[in-house]
Amino acid sequence: MNIPHKSVPIADLHREPLRQLLTALADDHLILGHRHSEWTGLGPILEEDIAFSSIAQDQMGHALGFYTLLHEHLGAPDPDIHAFTRQEAEFSCCQLVEWPIGDYDFSLTRHLFFDLAAGLRMETLSLSSFTPLAQLATKIRGEVKYHIFHAKTMVGQLGNSSDETAKARMQTAINRQFGLALGMFEPRLGEQILDDAHIAPIESKWRERWLEALNAVLDGTGLQIPDPDRIEPVFGGRNGYHTEYLQPLLHEMTEVFRLDPQAEW
Amino acid sequence: MYGGGYIPKEEAPKAVVNDDPKMLAAFEERVTRGEKVEPRDWMPTEYRRQLIRMIEQHAHSEIIGALPEGTWITRAPGFRRKLALMAKVQDEVGHAQLLYSAAETLGKSREAMINDLINGKSKYSNVFNYPAKTWADVAVIGFLIDAAAIVNQVANSKGSYGPYCRALERICYEESFHLKQGHSVFVYLATGTPLQRSMLQDALNRWWKPIMHFFGPSDEMSEHTLTLMKWKVKMATNDDMRQQFLSLYVPKIQELGLSLPDAELRKDTDSGKWLFGDPDWAEFFAVIRGNGPCNAERLAVRKAAEVNGAWVRKALQQPDARYVTPLA
Repeated sequence: MNIPHKSVPIADLHREPLRQLLTALADDHLILGHRHSEWTGLGPILEEDIAFSSIAQDQMGHALGFYTLLHEHLGAPDPDIHAFTRQEAEFSCCQLVEWPIGDYDFSLTRHLFFDLAAGLRMETLSLSSFTPLAQLATKIRGEVKYHIFHAKTMVGQLGNSSDETAKARMQTAINRQFGLALGMFEPRLGEQILDDAHIAPIESKWRERWLEALNAVLDGTGLQIPDPDRIEPVFGGRNGYHTEYLQPLLHEMTEVFRLDPQAEW
Repeated sequence: MYGGGYIPKEEAPKAVVNDDPKMLAAFEERVTRGEKVEPRDWMPTEYRRQLIRMIEQHAHSEIIGALPEGTWITRAPGFRRKLALMAKVQDEVGHAQLLYSAAETLGKSREAMINDLINGKSKYSNVFNYPAKTWADVAVIGFLIDAAAIVNQVANSKGSYGPYCRALERICYEESFHLKQGHSVFVYLATGTPLQRSMLQDALNRWWKPIMHFFGPSDEMSEHTLTLMKWKVKMATNDDMRQQFLSLYVPKIQELGLSLPDAELRKDTDSGKWLFGDPDWAEFFAVIRGNGPCNAERLAVRKAAEVNGAWVRKALQQPDARYVTPLA
């Protein structure tokens, strides 16, 4: 990531809400990148194995970019220490990204849900008044475009397949994780302050655009989303409340790093 | 990685095909002149059969090889190592894709090859039947096993079958980056804390035997081997490749103050050849027969991936699509 090293002045009022936003973005990308990387060697076809691996690499790179912003502008520790030494409750990823990869239908649906949201987030953030974030979002946006293209292609093919089992599996995957997906848009503390300063919009604005975008993707696939007003969003992740799946993931992720966090690996 | 030099023996084909002697002579002349053989060209039946086996085994080795290293992606210490390892293992799966396509040009479909892998009919490199126990194993695999594979693949890329050579050229290019990745992890551990160094020495001790096995036992210089060399299917003897590997890499290992678990390993000053203790070929053949530490696990994981993904492949099939041999 090409990020200017000069620290940009941030008003005191904006520091904590901005820290929360960037941590949420960083943690989401880190944890989902980790999950996607678990498909390496196990994909349903070689081409999908390779695709998930690419997406996982991109997401790891995005996480690194957000942690770097936190480090350079908000006094957070260096990205490795930040990502690899925090306790579970200090993570603010949404619960959607924590779930195990499950079957391909689950992972593909999650990939569509997440990247559609990431695309919209990056599009708006590329206009952020906090320039370092705008620059990073512009770069990420270019990559997420291909993730969305991939997710749309695969969801479209399976959703339009003449194979009823595949369609049923995809619809079930959508229904099962829809509440989790709505949890991506859990309101952040102080989000209105950032919205007022044109740094980042409040989550409900993104949620609305995401629903429109998702409906447009699924339109004509034979798949549909449940009524969002009747599904309870799964909140908690942004405030450090996580599923039973996050702790084992962190334990695994930090297994080698913990042997000696000061050592150079 | 990952194509080991050794293609296990199999029973002689049931029906011996007598190729047209005139066509055979013309084919051999072309190969001797250094021309590449292309998919639609005439080729001896045995040439086709051997190449399918060789490329298929190479492709299988790439996807099975992704498993031991793949388990360390989620545990890699820090962003830099994680990103590099993800990219590296992804490359290996990409190599499998390239190689299956190259083999398909000879008339066997990817599905048929993968079925033969799962049902144990076709083999993959023995080296992947050993476990990757610690992070230091990533260093040894990435540095030394990739290095050994490069020795083998560079030789094979000068062979006679066009699609395989072209796939190998690209593969070798990527492998040279893998070697750098492995070497970097290797050097950091070798020059790191006492704990890191002892992890690496332990991994080196465990992997040395499979590394010595990598190219296979000395070739029997049978009529068959000579024919394969004449046809440029086999490009170097197992012993020559092993010697080349030892000359290039033993000094690099020793430079870092690490030891190798073979008291007899040394370069003979008169012959310039490396001498080494018995690499335990009995174990090598036992692993090929399926009795290595991880044979069952590797195949079980591959089989599970195939079974779990079957619905996706089925749903993606277009009823009106026809099988097309990939362009080479």
